Formats: sequence, C-alpha cells, structure tokens
Amino acid sequence: MLDRDQVLHVARLARLELSDDEVERMSVELSKVLDHIEKIRELDLEGVRPTSHVIDVVNALRADEPEPSLPREVILAAAPEPLNDGFGVPSPGAA
Amino acid sequence: MSELIDLTAAAAAERIRAREIDPAELFETYRARAAANDLNAYTWVADGPPEHGGDTDSPLGGVPLAVKDLFCTEGVPSQSGSKILEGYRPPYTATVVAKLAQAGAPLLGKTNQDEFAMGSSNENSGFGPVLNPWDRSRVPGGSSGGSAAAVAAGLAPWAIGTDTGGSIRQPAALCGIVGLKPTYGACSRYGMIAFASSLDQAGPLTRDVTDAALILRYTIGRDRRDSTSLEFPGEIALPQAEDLKGIRLGVPEELTGAEGGVEPGVRKNYDAIIALAEELGATVEPCRLPHAAHALSAYYLIAPAEASANLARFDGVRYGLRVGGDADLITMYSRTRNVGFGPEVKRRIMLGTYALSSGYYDAYYGTAQKVRTKIAEDFANVFERFDFIVTPTSPWTAFELGSKTADPLTMYLNDFMTVPMSLAGIPAISIPSGLSDGLPVGFQLAGPAFSESRLLDAAHALERAIGFDGSEARANHRHRGSAV
Repeated sequence: MLDRDQVLHVARLARLELSDDEVERMSVELSKVLDHIEKIRELDLEGVRPTSHVIDVVNALRADEPEPSLPREVILAAAPEPLNDGFGVPSPGAA
Repeated sequence: MSELIDLTAAAAAERIRAREIDPAELFETYRARAAANDLNAYTWVADGPPEHGGDTDSPLGGVPLAVKDLFCTEGVPSQSGSKILEGYRPPYTATVVAKLAQAGAPLLGKTNQDEFAMGSSNENSGFGPVLNPWDRSRVPGGSSGGSAAAVAAGLAPWAIGTDTGGSIRQPAALCGIVGLKPTYGACSRYGMIAFASSLDQAGPLTRDVTDAALILRYTIGRDRRDSTSLEFPGEIALPQAEDLKGIRLGVPEELTGAEGGVEPGVRKNYDAIIALAEELGATVEPCRLPHAAHALSAYYLIAPAEASANLARFDGVRYGLRVGGDADLITMYSRTRNVGFGPEVKRRIMLGTYALSSGYYDAYYGTAQKVRTKIAEDFANVFERFDFIVTPTSPWTAFELGSKTADPLTMYLNDFMTVPMSLAGIPAISIPSGLSDGLPVGFQLAGPAFSESRLLDAAHALERAIGFDGSEARANHRHRGSAV
C-alpha cells in the first residue's frame, strides 16, 4: 500500500505537481498494481543474472569523429522560450 | 476507386511498375480518404505526394505509408499522442521512415496512438480515441491503434507502428490485419520518441503477410545512430510457403490456459487454427514457459522504470509545452509535466519512479530484470524442440470504448500473451484468423531471434489457408459516406 506521503515523495522525485484528487487516486491505483506485481518477489531467483540486453552485443563502439550538428537556430525554433541564443528558463529561486 | 483501395500494397506497387496505375492517383485516393478521417485515425495528413517522391521504379513503387505519430518526421507534427508535444515539428526524420521513403514509400500521414505508446485501446491519446472500423463503438486496440484502424479501413495501404509490449500485434488483431514485431535491434530506434528503450521496436501493420515482409525488408539493418541496432543476418525473403510440413508448433500452457482469461469465441477460433495448422502438415504439441505467467509483472516494472527516465526530458525547456514560466524552475517543470501528461502516462511515471527509487530498486527493478532472464531462457529451451510458439494474440476481441478504463490493471491484462516475447526480444507476428461475433480475432506466432523470414513463411501458409476477408471493414467505411 502506497500512502499519501509516499505518493507525494515519488511525485516530487518525478517532478509532477499532482492535485489532491490525483494523489488520492494514485495511492489507490498504484497500490493495486503493485499488489499484483509483488507476486514476482515470491520466485526463487538466487544466482540469476539480471538481463542487461536481450540480444548478445559486446562493446557497440564507433569511431569518435566530429561531424556537423544541427544549426542552433533550427533547434531553438522548437523551444518554448529561446533567449540569447539559448534556452530561457525561470530562476531556480529559493527552492 | 474501390478497386484501388482493395489492392494490397505489394499488388499496387507491382501495378505501378507495370504502368497500370498512376502513383499520383493512388496517393490522392488514399490522401482524400485519410483526410476525411472519421475514425480519428490520423493526427496529420499530407497535402500531396512529395515533390521528388513516388519513383515508379523504386522497390515500393510510390505506395504511400501511414506512420505512427511517435516517429519523428522532419517539419511534420510528431507528438507521440501527447499534449506536451502538441504541434512539435522535429528537425530530423526517424531512420526507418527515411529508409522506407528511400525505398519508395512516401509519407501519407501521421497516425493517432496512445500517449507515448502507453495503452492497449488508444483511449489514452491526447487527441481523442480512434474508432474500430469493424464497429465504431469499439476500440481499435493500442497503442498503434491509428495505424491499425487506417490500414483496416482502407485509409492507408500500409503503416508502421511500434511494439513495446504488444502495441503492434494487439491492435492488428483487434482490427483484422497483420502486425509484426521484429527481433529487438532489427530496426533502428533512431527518431522514435522513446517509451521503454530496451523493448521498443518498429514494425509493419499491413493487409497481408507479404506486405509485412516488404516493409521489414527495407527497414532492417544497423544504424550508426542507434547503438542497439544490429546487422540483420541475411535478407528478408518474400514469403512463399503454402504448407507447414515439418514445422513444429508449441502451445505454451502458461499463456493459453485458464489464467489468460481467453474469451470463448477467441478460444474456439484458436482451436480451429491449430487444427488447420495440423492439416497443413505442422505438428502441434504442448510446451512449457514456466515464467511466462510472471511476464506481465516484470513488464509493468521494467517498462514504467525506463519510461520514467525517458520522459524526464519533457520539462518545458527545449520543446513542447511550458506551464508556470513565471514561477521558479522546479515549479515550472512540475506544472508543465502535470498539465502536459495524461493520467496513464503519469501513472506509469509514478510507478517507474517508485520502482527505481532508493531502497526499492533491487526489490522491484532488479528482480524484474532477473525474471526477464528466466523468461528468455524459457523461450530458448522451447525453441530447441519447436520452430514457433503459437497463442491467441489478445484474450479478447475489440471491446467497447470506455469499458476497461476504470481499472488500469484490467487494461494491462490485455497484454498477457504479447509481453513475454517483448521481454525476450524475439520476433512475433499476429495474423487475422477469423471473426468472433463479427469482430476480428488474431493468431500469434513467435520464433527465435532473427527467424523473421521463416516466421513470415509460416504465417503466409496459414494466411492462405485461413482466407480471411477484411473487405468488410473497408466497405463499412464507404457506406458511412466518407468523402471518397
């Protein structure tokens, strides 16, 4: 069971400003899903290697060669608030 | 006009090459049908064929392609079904879309989907649900529901989508078309707006198995922009098989037994197809995937965990929505994300963040990745004795809009038979196998990694014997008085 404080803690980690109503609902819904998921913890997984990649691939490296990237103005065209050739953001404030 | 839309994409390409059809006319026919869009299958439709596209002698002949919204397409809205990316036009194009355009399949439109590909009904789209062309009160499945509905209704000759836990196969099944999830790494993920990077894979949604093979043939291959993409061993052969002689099919008890909650009509169809496979020369025997019943649990930890990391990039800084720009930085992030994401996306971000959070990582994410190893081992063991595993694609046919939205867990159960293959990274195909109460049923075949050509061959033999007729869904669309 995820209580209200746990939901708020996770929401803060996830940078989601949930409404009171959403916190309530999230607590019920996530608890139910987690109850179902919990079952895998009953399995004996002693000595099993966790999957890191499903197909065996070793060292997917490429040569480190510089090449042109997209022009700055093309990237900034999609930004909500371009500022002085960069991404404008609010002040971090006192948070 | 009706004749044009009844051609498979491969047949249309052939007739274009023979100069029997004008590719511009084909494009316009589909463009007009797509633009009428009364299934809400599209989020954007092209004005016309590309200026330099539609090369008549190209391998794909200029047959236009519908593309799931989450593939980045230069200068064209690519929103992954989310309000947080509303109107976003990327400055580059996804590798598989570029490869298909290069091979002669120009962009027809972008198709609606569950937000960030999270869903099994398309009801999670930020741009409204897609309707199933077989029955407009029902869902098309998801998350590639727009692609599936468009192909089934004849609003596109063919389409591509993505499959993370069943998002190509399940909507293909619910709409009565073919859907293929390739081996993980077979197709580049570059330019796909990511959901769960270790599972996401692009693939075709088509009228028949041959069309699926054609799309796959021109999308596979290593891409230097995706370090998880692989050099596919060999070419994709066009399927020819007319029987299943010598093919050993395994029926996994864990996925076809009572636990999957298979509807009686789906069960009956499945049993009939098994009998048909035997008539075609296949041997069919039960097999065991001891950990498959736990696949859903592992999936609903791994996929949300990866999603919570991937979706961290949507923070109101570089693209998309910004809310609360007059507050401090963290508040701006949190408000933007709360307003921009829909309920299911928030649920999964929360679930994934929890599973990765300090003190819970080993118990949840670590355990899930070990279960994943066991599932992959189960499949490897079965493939020592069998060529393919067969199951129904979905426990249910298309369900009523709104009937499963109240409880997220019920919706998740829809993925019971498709998620194990995703976790193991192996290819799987869904083919239409008949109707139950007038609604399409899908039959799934899964094989070992890189077995796509053999898998397509077996699917082709079955498809031919089944003789499924999908024309009713296209006819439904005509009767409804669309613009064409």
